[in-house]
Amino acid sequence: MTQYVVLSAILFTIGCVGVLTRRNAIVVFMCVELMLNACNLAFVAFARQHGNLDGQITAFFVMVVAAAEVVIGLAIIMTIFRTRRSASVDDASLLKY
Amino acid sequence: MNLLSHSVLLPLAEGGASHAPVVAPDTAAGGVFDLLWLVIGLPLLGAFLLLGVAPFLRGSLKASVDKHGHLLGTATAVLSFVLSLVLFLSLLGRDAEERQVGQHLWTWFETGSLRVGMDLLYDPLAALFLLLITGVGSLIHVYAIGYMEHDPRRRRFFGYLNLFVAAMLTLILSANFVGLFLGWEGVGLASYLLIGFWQHKPSAAAAAKKAFVINRVGDIGLSLAIALMFATFGTTDFGGVSELAGEADQATLNALGLLLLLGACGKSAQVPLQAWLLDAMEGPTPVSALIHAATMVTAGVYLVVRSNFIYELTPVAQTAVVVVATVTLLWGAVLGCAKDDIKKALAGSTMSQIGYMMLAAGLGPVGYPFAIFHLLTHGFFKANMFLGAGSVMHGMNDDVDMRHYGALNKAMPVTFITFAMGYLAIIGFPGFSGFWSKDKIIESALADNLLVGLLALLGAGITAFYMTRLMLMTFFTSKRWEADVHPHESPKVMTVPLIVLAALSVLGGVLLLGDWIVTWLEPVTGHAEHHEPPLPAIVITLIITAVVALGVAAAWFLVGKREVPREAPQDVSFATRAARADLYGDAINDAVVVRPGVGLVGGLTAFDRGGVDGTVMGGAAALGGISTLLRRVQNGFVRSYALSLLGGALLVVLALLAVNLG
Amino acid sequence: MTFWILAPIMVVAALGILFVRKAVHAALLLAVVMISLAFLYAVLDAPFLFAVQIIVYTGAILMLFLFVMMLIGVDATDSVVETIRGQRAMAVVLGLLFGTTLVLGVSQVTLGTVVGLDEANAGGNVPAIANILFSRYVFAFEATSALLITAALGAMVLAHRERLTPKATQADLAAQRIRDFAEHGKHPGPLPSPGVYARHNAVDTPALLPDGTAAESSVSRVLAARGTVRSAPAMADDIDDVRRQIAGFEAQDPTTDPAAMPETSGKAGAPAHTTEDVRKDVDQ
Repeated sequence: MTQYVVLSAILFTIGCVGVLTRRNAIVVFMCVELMLNACNLAFVAFARQHGNLDGQITAFFVMVVAAAEVVIGLAIIMTIFRTRRSASVDDASLLKY
Repeated sequence: MNLLSHSVLLPLAEGGASHAPVVAPDTAAGGVFDLLWLVIGLPLLGAFLLLGVAPFLRGSLKASVDKHGHLLGTATAVLSFVLSLVLFLSLLGRDAEERQVGQHLWTWFETGSLRVGMDLLYDPLAALFLLLITGVGSLIHVYAIGYMEHDPRRRRFFGYLNLFVAAMLTLILSANFVGLFLGWEGVGLASYLLIGFWQHKPSAAAAAKKAFVINRVGDIGLSLAIALMFATFGTTDFGGVSELAGEADQATLNALGLLLLLGACGKSAQVPLQAWLLDAMEGPTPVSALIHAATMVTAGVYLVVRSNFIYELTPVAQTAVVVVATVTLLWGAVLGCAKDDIKKALAGSTMSQIGYMMLAAGLGPVGYPFAIFHLLTHGFFKANMFLGAGSVMHGMNDDVDMRHYGALNKAMPVTFITFAMGYLAIIGFPGFSGFWSKDKIIESALADNLLVGLLALLGAGITAFYMTRLMLMTFFTSKRWEADVHPHESPKVMTVPLIVLAALSVLGGVLLLGDWIVTWLEPVTGHAEHHEPPLPAIVITLIITAVVALGVAAAWFLVGKREVPREAPQDVSFATRAARADLYGDAINDAVVVRPGVGLVGGLTAFDRGGVDGTVMGGAAALGGISTLLRRVQNGFVRSYALSLLGGALLVVLALLAVNLG
Repeated sequence: MTFWILAPIMVVAALGILFVRKAVHAALLLAVVMISLAFLYAVLDAPFLFAVQIIVYTGAILMLFLFVMMLIGVDATDSVVETIRGQRAMAVVLGLLFGTTLVLGVSQVTLGTVVGLDEANAGGNVPAIANILFSRYVFAFEATSALLITAALGAMVLAHRERLTPKATQADLAAQRIRDFAEHGKHPGPLPSPGVYARHNAVDTPALLPDGTAAESSVSRVLAARGTVRSAPAMADDIDDVRRQIAGFEAQDPTTDPAAMPETSGKAGAPAHTTEDVRKDVDQ
């Protein structure tokens, strides 16, 4: 069972690094999704470990929330792109000193 | 008005623990005493009408008020005098035990345990003062009608005069220290307004400001004394304080006495707060006569005499009074010797004479009656001489320099004769009022302390010298007039008051007949056991007369026999130069108070700028600098923030591990 | 066994997301990870999540990603240069530290025996999940529905573009067309349709004007930019060629070999004649 959790941790870390290094907002978003999926894997794995379905339910909820999040996030990306003609997260850096 | 008629007269309460009699204001009145408030009310009404109502009038009414307002002002003063006279005669008709009348007008304010009533107290002391203030005040009002005839702001001048009279009467008639303080500040205000009456002259404006500021120093003393009284006794009524004074501890009493003395010094121009009086001569001459000679400046003497129940218990403060008085009487006399400005010479003389009064007041019950006696006679002859000086100035185109006078005895006979009466009175020519009053003071001083007595004696000699000098330079010696000056006698409206005051100067001594004034004031000042003077009284009198004669002779030889230069000679001795510079009073004030004050303020400002502001602003600047550096962290890049998040998450994980594995 | 096959694939695909430069490739790699995850769910006794993962994640969410990507430009590539100083190095260092710590920490934990979901899934996985979802988690479920509605509304609000000018009516359009003709000489009518020529797909063949020249505006500008438009001389060749053929047929000339006919530049080949060539020919 440990191997699932380790895989989950690795995927999560990869997602993290992706968020930090990629500049295309959509790819960053994908990396966030990757992190969410990594978490889901851990949840499902632990559900099996403990013999109840709460982990699966949580994973299900995470998926739903992720869907909502993607809808809004992509809409925002669209809006930003519409005004700035760019999907780079570094371009939206006006809120600074 | 029935509110005002609540007056009661009770038999004089028996004396408490102190030697001084207890002041008992809650005594029944009735009859004419119900009108006591009117004595203040009339001039107050005059002031209100002339100052408060008149400016809002328009058109012909205003012109008429401006034209005849002075008559209203004079009328209120005269009516007040008539009323005072009636009151005095009524009081005279009573037994000595019942000569204290109180009148409760209304409760002024009541807060916590402090209850201050608008109470009046009419007793023998107040009666004499009332007569002096309203009497001399009325005469000066009359005189001012002539003196201020051509002044466009005469209505206002009379309004101020009325205001002054009302305030002075409040000061005298109040039955508690708070009311006294009200009057005290009122006369200070009136004095300020009147000294600076000719406000277009910068010197007058500056003099008014100076008088006001120095008076505030004294007022601080008085107000602190009142606060201390309330803290100690819980009351500020003369009656209450005099009853409880014996129970207070010595330190409090000493403090009270010294604080009251400080107040008296400010108002009465005693050293060290003397510097304002000579400058105050910038005001119109009637003001100098009324406020800065006859009445207001003697308020300090009144305060000391009125507070006798405190001074009786504090020898320290009494000694301080004597020392201050002795220094002042010599100081003023020396100033009088050197001044060429006739009004300033008279002002120096005033300072000196008040020194005599304070000296008497400092001697205790022995001296109180003589202090008041001298105060009255001084009020007469000094007012007389000031008005005479005003008359001379009137004839000399408002020139005040005595070096431009000379041989005026022919040109102004009435002024000369009346001035001479005042002159004889002040130097103590036998038979004149000043002779009696000053003689008594020097005698008492000699009996109390030989050194003080001798200094007072010396002062009498100097007085004779400078007054003779003034007399000679003004009325005798050669003509030194300016080219376009044509001396003439003043109009009747000015000379009549002079004649009346001259008569009073001559006859003022009658008050001492059969020790009348001593007996009269005994309910207030207490009975005195007379010390035996070191010499028989008649010998002392002879010595005083001899010293006075010496002073006159010296003046005759130094001034009368020589040619008086029109310009003051510059190659004079150090003493003369010092005296001309007011004995460096201003310089001393400057050095002791003003410059250290300026330095202190400068230092505080610098400290505020450098220290306080530096700390605050420096702290802010440091914070700002750090913030400027720290804000670099806020670079606006989401990914940088996410990096920080990851760092934080790493720390959390590490902490979890540390807790779990540790 | 499934795990050991899938895990390396997933890790490699995930790492690929970090390195590929095109967003579309990243999306495809993400799809690999997600589908692999779905299989792992199945292995972990979660058939319902297996289905949902495929349908919702891979089917809906990823498609949404691709859709947006198409909208904002498929061929946009990330530049490799890092603009924030130290960001990449710090990200890698911190990520490695984080990952190492996490993996080490997780592998230190002993999880005990696996209970397994046989008991919980006794009546079937989907009914069991439904039982819990609509009893214990019903409030969360309802809240989620509210969230989804909100998200839908939010997306609409965000994507909505306010009309700034009134919609042009047909009359406006007609007036505009005539105005364009008056001011710029723009042809007011419909553009000429491409020419029809039997040997070629007609779209890239300009129509011929009465004088035999090509009408440039009858061909799509895109095709013109790609240079696949057939030029007039080429067409003239064709015409000649056809004429010859016709003549040949008429003359029954066997020497004419159809295979020797000159191969014109087709749209699949490199453009032999572009509009520039046409101009060059004219200049010559």
